[in-house]
Amino acid sequence: MSLLRLEHLTKRFDGVGAAVDDLSLSVEPGEILALLGPSGCGKTTTLRLIAGFETPDAGAIVLRGRRVAGNGTVVPPESRGVGVVFQDYALFPHLSVGDNVAFGLARYERAERARRVREVLELVGLGGVERRFPHELSGGQQQRVALARALAPAPALILLDEPFSNLDADLRAAMREEIGKILRATGATAVFVTHDQEEAFALADRVGVLNAGRLEQVAPPYELYHRPGTRFVAEFVGAADFLRSMVTEDGIVSELGTLARQPGCSPGQAVDIMIRPDDIDFIPHPDGDVVVIGRQFLGAEHLYRLRLTSGASVHSVQPATTLYPVGARVRVVANLLHVVAFPLDEGG
Amino acid sequence: MEAPVATGVSARTRVARGPGPWLLTAAAVLAGMVVAVPILSVLLSLANPVHAVWAHLWRTQMVELLGNTLALMLGVGLGSLGLGVALAWLVVFFEFPGRRGFEWALVLPLALPAYVIGFVFLGIFEFAGPLQTALRQVAGPELRLPDLRSGWGVVVVMTLVLYPYVYTLARAAFLEQSPEAFESARSLGRSRARAFWDVSLPLARPAVVAGTTLACMEALADYGTVATFSYRTLTEAIYRVWHGMFDRLAATQLAVVLLGLSACLILLERSSRGRARFTQGRRPTHAPARMRLAGGRALAAAGGCAAVWILAFGLPVGQLLVWAVTVLRRDGLPRGFLPALGNSLGLAAMAAGLTLGVALVLAYALRLRPSRSVAALVRGASLGYALPGAVIAVGVLLPLSTLDHALAAAAERILGLDAGLLLTGTAGALLYAYLVRFLAVSLQAVEATLARIPRSFDEIARSLGAGAGRTLRAVHVPLIRRGLLAALLLVFVDVMKEMPATLLLRPLSLDTLAIAVYQRTAESLWEEAAVPALALVLAGLVPVVLLLRTTGGSNRPGLPAILPGGDPIP
Repeated sequence: MSLLRLEHLTKRFDGVGAAVDDLSLSVEPGEILALLGPSGCGKTTTLRLIAGFETPDAGAIVLRGRRVAGNGTVVPPESRGVGVVFQDYALFPHLSVGDNVAFGLARYERAERARRVREVLELVGLGGVERRFPHELSGGQQQRVALARALAPAPALILLDEPFSNLDADLRAAMREEIGKILRATGATAVFVTHDQEEAFALADRVGVLNAGRLEQVAPPYELYHRPGTRFVAEFVGAADFLRSMVTEDGIVSELGTLARQPGCSPGQAVDIMIRPDDIDFIPHPDGDVVVIGRQFLGAEHLYRLRLTSGASVHSVQPATTLYPVGARVRVVANLLHVVAFPLDEGG
Repeated sequence: MEAPVATGVSARTRVARGPGPWLLTAAAVLAGMVVAVPILSVLLSLANPVHAVWAHLWRTQMVELLGNTLALMLGVGLGSLGLGVALAWLVVFFEFPGRRGFEWALVLPLALPAYVIGFVFLGIFEFAGPLQTALRQVAGPELRLPDLRSGWGVVVVMTLVLYPYVYTLARAAFLEQSPEAFESARSLGRSRARAFWDVSLPLARPAVVAGTTLACMEALADYGTVATFSYRTLTEAIYRVWHGMFDRLAATQLAVVLLGLSACLILLERSSRGRARFTQGRRPTHAPARMRLAGGRALAAAGGCAAVWILAFGLPVGQLLVWAVTVLRRDGLPRGFLPALGNSLGLAAMAAGLTLGVALVLAYALRLRPSRSVAALVRGASLGYALPGAVIAVGVLLPLSTLDHALAAAAERILGLDAGLLLTGTAGALLYAYLVRFLAVSLQAVEATLARIPRSFDEIARSLGAGAGRTLRAVHVPLIRRGLLAALLLVFVDVMKEMPATLLLRPLSLDTLAIAVYQRTAESLWEEAAVPALALVLAGLVPVVLLLRTTGGSNRPGLPAILPGGDPIP
């Protein structure tokens, strides 16, 4: 049985329209799900609906088989058993670290409470800081305290809202790994919200991509990247170029060669095929009809922009070891492992 | 966590949606009562015009009253504007000896009630006073200084204690401006003076206008000073008609005129903001580079600041101390001082507690349900700070005495006994008037503190199983304790210094420090007035010190949070 089920969830705000629009998805026990999308896509609102800070206008939320919102039922946040970690951590400044973590343990016996506080703080690698105050800790430590506080009452579900956006870039990667380890160690089920694709891929079992309040696709990161269900997902998750192509009996005929036909494409149909920069390879050739028209240094790699004969352009990632000048003539090889084609009438 | 049974879920449903309806209802009723009752009862008095008195007033005094009131307001407004902006400009844009000290010392005059500095100046400058006596000995017996008991005298003494409103707000505004604006103007070819005039001053306009409006409101509401100076204004006339002619209806109708003037002030201030935006959205990155003054110019700047400070604070406080010591040496504590002190402290404590309670209900209703209608109610309820005490007093008294007479009549009819008047002339009426007058002060302090608690704290607390009650107890109260204390203190001090409403509404046997000052100065007993006045000045220093601590003496702009409505002069 799913631990969390969202059924046709809808939330409208005055003057904005639907922030969350007919959203359905489920989360399995022990799973880490990322909600990914640009700002204003409704991902934070979804999180707040699950936590109980907002009431849905339509649809239902079922948590461990019990309806907590929808059909006139509204279980308040304090009775949901859902832990929350905010972007700004929201640690209570007047309470020590220990008291912050103990806040959700009001029903525990005193000794049991102290034991649990120690245990959770050990778990996040902060043993011995109970007496300190939040402002005396670094950003990364504060975040771990926030996580410990949310984990302490052993909630059914942990929600994290942009958990890493307040951290410096170098700390972010380390904390991502750290938090992932802690969540896996406790077997916690978690939903976290992010606009950073790398973060979602690194931490989540599955990623749900939201656009304008609608769920575009939910899938494991690999599948999301290589088999995006919609043009929006293809563009938002990783870089993508699109090449106008034609479906024939033999396959999809494109400027880069004929590719395997995809289910759902019928001969005679015009499609756009998705090209990732790592799908494209090229070698310099004086007679090549493709021209390098741009180059961007990314550190370990160079990102080249190539103009094809038709005038369309595609990107290609190459190791930074060799350098090709802008204006060079090249020949292009496409190695498309996964062919993704979008019929022209879909999207734009 | 166990799933509650179905009934448990539905019983808790309401909790999740916000505060119980009782809180919102209570907030709405309270907010409405606070300001609507006195204003409506003042306006309703127009329904039965008292032609005889009114016609008499109009024929004989109205032109003088209105003219004097407007002249006072304009004079104090312009004086405070000029003095406040000039001083703020000096301490923010220039460096000269003593600047850091003046920066905070120039706020101190805010602690003096206008009626206190008024009587001290009369005592110093009157014909038999030390100054004129000394001058006569030097220059011969023919010498006469212009009489201070005149329009310009009132304007000068009130400006001396009201300019800090403009000074504080303008200084904060100058400091909050990013220096880049000023620097851009310089790089575009403006001189320092032109850059100030073309950029810094316009950017500070809302603050300057707000400060000037506050000063004007105080001038409009003043009773103690104009009475001491025998300068006839509307407030003074209300009191005279009320107590001298015992014509409450006529007094109330005079209050309508005063109410109209306050409304004009508020509208003027609102409209002056216009559509322009004045904030730059972020804190300045570096302090403005002050221009170092040298030689004669440094001397002039320091001398100017020193002169204002001595006139507005050093001289009056020094004179008060001299008088107080003389009296204490001669007679010991003045008779009636301790009871008056006790009454002042008691009234102020009760009013501060009551006001804080109401402010908490309103602020919470607004936090939990930030809807437009609740916000409008709360904003409306804080308009009381713009109402002169005299208007509030008559607005409170009319409905109360009507209610009282009805109660007495009912008691006599039903119980057959003469109950007398229960509400009128009790401390209850006075407390209500204080609530109306000072709710804004308390509300502002409470809201400012509450606003510093992010909403995510509430949400985290609830996600950890704490209901609304425990969230309030365990998260909010510890965090806002200091803010609540500030709210209590500010109202406490304001109530101690309040004069017009206290004079009109107090039970006859109830003397307070402000009343004691009034009665002694009415008889020109300056030395006897000095002891209670000094007690009021000491009390008045408390909010000023609080203000200085939040503003910081240095470059931290800070919010002049306690200023609007934090008025020291009744």
